[in-house]
Amino acid sequence: MNTEVNLAGIKMKNPVTVASGTFGYGREFSNFFDLSKLGGIITKGTALKPWSGNKPSRVYETASGMLNSIGLQNPGIEYFAQNDLPFLRKFDTAIIVNAIGKSIEEYVELCKVLNTLDIDGVELNLSCPNVKAGCMAFGNTYEGVKQVTSEVRKVLDKPLIVKLTPNVTDIASIAKAVEDAGADGVSLINTLLGMKIDIDKRRPVLANNTGGLSGPAIRPVAVRMVYQVAQAVNIPVLGMGGIVNGDDAIEFMLAGANAISIGAGNFINPYTSVDTVAGIENYMKKHQIEDINDIVGTVEMN
Amino acid sequence: MSELVFAELVKKEQLKPDIFKFSVKAPSIVKEAKPGNFIEIRVTDQLDPFLRRPISIYNLDRENGILEFIFQVKGKGTELLAKREEGKTIDIVGPIGYGTFKYDDYENIAIIGGGIGVFPLYELAKCAKADYKNVTTYLGFRSKDFVVLEEEFAKVSDELILTTDDGSYAEKGFAINYLEKDIEEGKVDAIYACGPLPMLKAVQKLALEKEIPCQISLEEKMACGLGVCLGCAVKTAKSPKDAPEYWHVCKAGPVFNAKDVEI
Repeated sequence: MNTEVNLAGIKMKNPVTVASGTFGYGREFSNFFDLSKLGGIITKGTALKPWSGNKPSRVYETASGMLNSIGLQNPGIEYFAQNDLPFLRKFDTAIIVNAIGKSIEEYVELCKVLNTLDIDGVELNLSCPNVKAGCMAFGNTYEGVKQVTSEVRKVLDKPLIVKLTPNVTDIASIAKAVEDAGADGVSLINTLLGMKIDIDKRRPVLANNTGGLSGPAIRPVAVRMVYQVAQAVNIPVLGMGGIVNGDDAIEFMLAGANAISIGAGNFINPYTSVDTVAGIENYMKKHQIEDINDIVGTVEMN
Repeated sequence: MSELVFAELVKKEQLKPDIFKFSVKAPSIVKEAKPGNFIEIRVTDQLDPFLRRPISIYNLDRENGILEFIFQVKGKGTELLAKREEGKTIDIVGPIGYGTFKYDDYENIAIIGGGIGVFPLYELAKCAKADYKNVTTYLGFRSKDFVVLEEEFAKVSDELILTTDDGSYAEKGFAINYLEKDIEEGKVDAIYACGPLPMLKAVQKLALEKEIPCQISLEEKMACGLGVCLGCAVKTAKSPKDAPEYWHVCKAGPVFNAKDVEI
């Protein structure tokens, strides 16, 4: 039975990764299980310099999901390189850094640094809905995505995956921009922009008013978008959005994802990601699948 | 270090119509836990309610590996939890938080709590008393109907001062007024507080003015409880120069030095 996948040039022992912002830099989860069991780890969104993040309240539970407006609080790439990367490198798993910036220049400068680090790839975050500058401001047009991705491509030799926002009219055209700019892969979906109002206070519950919706509540939207993107581009797809077990992961792979990420599922159970690895293997046994790559994109439409 | 356990609910008591005390068998968590720590409970194996519920630890019975927590039914999640029957298991991650109550350096300990914020103070009072500290506990409640754990706190305090806002039981007024009086009489070396935000703000202000070491236990809306989502942010006071702008309840907390946070 083969579970090994090649995501945009990144070799992984299985298709299960953990989504940016839901796994920190791995340390906390290493108390629960051996991180080497994962195909890959996508780090917390990391910038050139430390970011403070947004005012609290930053999170709120919703039906089968949650809203967050963390605002990409992170310690900066220098701190990561010195403190977190050596720790992560102790494990036999792919390390992919989620890269964030407020301007094209910041993305480029950051990726110059990332190009020198011992990492397996970069996930360019053009999709966080919770910061005013950068990220989703670039990520919601074909031109914006193509421009940032092209500039980053010039300085980054490592595998480059671009993470897309679902808060757009035509996700396939945005994915096309990633491919046209020469990136190696595309990941989706980031969170859906949402809002929750406290009806007694007549105010939004989040200090930032709006936040990104994640969790099983968004899974059908994510599956649909992964399918559309996989149909539109020839580069590999990293699929995510509400995956909490092996069956959910298989659904994304049938829709066209070459690998998947566990996001908010990490919050409800620290073992969700490793349990998903086991769940995928169980599905393969049950359906006598020799190679996990054989099921990618095999959904038959009605 | 946190771990995940499926702990048996060995005893369930209803203290008030909406307040429950659960005793669970969780020896590994009990062994690691310190006064001030909390746990995160998954209230269902379904996906709604989605997140775990952070709940403070009330008592650690180290001899028998029993962990006790008390919670108020506030919404869908705690409502589900309250229905759990004795003999069933509860999915718990804990103990959580590096910021815990520290009293070793002080002799005269003042513990002040309000409403349902009194629960995490019991283990602190119990340990401090067992360590031969002079423990004075000040508990404030809205009215007679809200008073809980009076006998329990009396046993682990050298002196217990109980107040109700409306005077329907014990002393009328706010617990902090009694604390302030004792501070003025030089009877307080350190203060430990948990309760509603206005009370915590008043205690913080008082402690800073009187220059008395003070620790406060905070809460904030939380998702992971593991230190990764960075949801439960608390604003850092300006004084620690190199500190980041925000700390997190589930990591640096839930207990903070009053001088280190802006609340």
